[in-house]
Amino acid sequence: MKEANYTSKGNKIRQDRVFPIVNTIILILIMFITLYPVLNTVAYSFNEGTDALRGNIGLWPRVFSLESYKSILSDKAVYKAAWISASKTVLTTVLNLFWTSMLAYALSRKEYVLRKFITVVMVLTMYVNAGLIPNYLLISKTLHLSNSYLVYIIPTMFSCFNMIVIRTYIAGLPDALVESARIDGAGDIRVFWQIIFPLCKPVLATVALFVAVGAWNSWFDTYLYNGGKKELYTLQYLLKMKLATTQASANAAKSTAEALTSATKTTPITIRCAITVIATVPILVVYPFLQKYFVTGIALGSVKE
Amino acid sequence: MSKTTAGRVQGNKKGFWRTLGRQWQLVIMSVPMLLYVLLFNYGPMWGWITAFQDYKPKLGITGSKFVGLDNFKWLFGRDDFLQSIRNTLAMSTINLVLGTIASIVLALLLNEVMNTMFKRTVQTVTYLPHFLSMVIVVGMAQNIFASTGPINTLLMNMGVIKQPIFFLGEGGYFWWLVGFINVWKEVGWNTIIYIAAMTSIDPCLYEAASIDGAGRFNKIRYITLPGIKSTFVILLIMNIGHLMEAGFEIQYLLGSSLVMDFSQTIDIFVLKYGISKQQYGVATAAGMFKSIVAIILLFAANTMAKKLDESTLI
Repeated sequence: MKEANYTSKGNKIRQDRVFPIVNTIILILIMFITLYPVLNTVAYSFNEGTDALRGNIGLWPRVFSLESYKSILSDKAVYKAAWISASKTVLTTVLNLFWTSMLAYALSRKEYVLRKFITVVMVLTMYVNAGLIPNYLLISKTLHLSNSYLVYIIPTMFSCFNMIVIRTYIAGLPDALVESARIDGAGDIRVFWQIIFPLCKPVLATVALFVAVGAWNSWFDTYLYNGGKKELYTLQYLLKMKLATTQASANAAKSTAEALTSATKTTPITIRCAITVIATVPILVVYPFLQKYFVTGIALGSVKE
Repeated sequence: MSKTTAGRVQGNKKGFWRTLGRQWQLVIMSVPMLLYVLLFNYGPMWGWITAFQDYKPKLGITGSKFVGLDNFKWLFGRDDFLQSIRNTLAMSTINLVLGTIASIVLALLLNEVMNTMFKRTVQTVTYLPHFLSMVIVVGMAQNIFASTGPINTLLMNMGVIKQPIFFLGEGGYFWWLVGFINVWKEVGWNTIIYIAAMTSIDPCLYEAASIDGAGRFNKIRYITLPGIKSTFVILLIMNIGHLMEAGFEIQYLLGSSLVMDFSQTIDIFVLKYGISKQQYGVATAAGMFKSIVAIILLFAANTMAKKLDESTLI
């Protein structure tokens, strides 16, 4: 220690030895803070209902119970909502990728005469938005898409950011690929589907993840357009409604919770937590495997223009 | 480049149509989406007219009465609208400052990790909240910040407080709660871009600095931080352009009548007056005001960044 402090070089060595340990501890703490609320929710979902109202549950259920899951899994509305959520996610993602990647290819061709014009029109959408009410009036009053499944699919078919990510990736592919196919007589549509599209798998995986997560997680479209139609509710919208009922109890004092003596096996809180777990698992299963793709995807998106 | 294309197009109209005809396949691939965007992104702008009308859904845009700037005058005479501007700016500023600092610090810490496995693990874990929906995140926040939740328990056990704090029921906490929840949700995700910038720094610089006797903190200060400066500036510009977007979901879901004076943002104001109270004209005016300010902010920030860059270049 004495020697380490003696010279600046010694100081550096000490810095080099202590810093990694401190750094590791800080990062482990950050991971703990990140995971705590998630694990806490899991613990609540496996806890008995009335007991959960007392709060104070940490990382482990206090009174273990599977009742919340049983009650959810016997509820037809949950299955219906899960089906709506899953099907709209798949449809949105497929349609979005189809149109966005084709457009990205067209706009990556330097010889295309409409390239500049279309690009400007598209990029402006990232900065100028008509706002909630005009959008609502268009979709609901003019196009009459409310109270229909289509409102989940049609208005979400395009995102300029994703288009730029794909276009940047295509621009990075060797031009000779396209040129040689051209010489062999292939048109742009064939070049795209047979040569470029298969090469774009990494970036398409990234964009698919973005689109799918967005579609899976949205609740506002249901609220705005399909609020009156129970058979079109999504999982996230069910959660949103549960959230409203638990809001009050989150603010309530402990005594009121204890006053509830009639033992119910499930309460809105445990039900909500159980639905949360069910709605989160699909994402948890997918995203770690796509990590290396989306990390490069983000970097690509940042070098737009 | 744009000039030459435009010149060629204008100079030779026949040539333009002939080329376009030859490129019909590219047209098929791009024009459907162009029409789609014109309808869904530009079409609604027609609705901005309602901002100047006493809009009645039955009469439509063509039949409703024009009232000039009355909607805007009405808005700015209302305390709850002015309050929602204040709340929007306060929360977006808190989000921007806390979010930027937190993600740069986390990126610096991650950048110093030598063990790839550990680094990847930390990254995977901290990306997780980004993928959770706001409904889920707010649900978790309800548990965490509840009067019997872990934060209150911790503070009481440490003896900091005697009575539990009603985090969710007192307006004074609301902005900061939103700020911290947003950091929790997005900090890992936002490091991606900074880490990408850090890995593009030439390793020779670090080696040279080591030879010169620079320690870890000097390397961070004189190499890493200057290396991510341009990324920082670009993100700052984009974020300043979004200062009017304090988010909408989190305030809507986390807020309650108890904290409304602090939780109502412009977006929620628009939703309340437009959808619930069906005062379309007023709500559109509020939304339009937001968009206009956002565009002005974007251009202002962009000009500022250009000036800054010039001064640092010279």
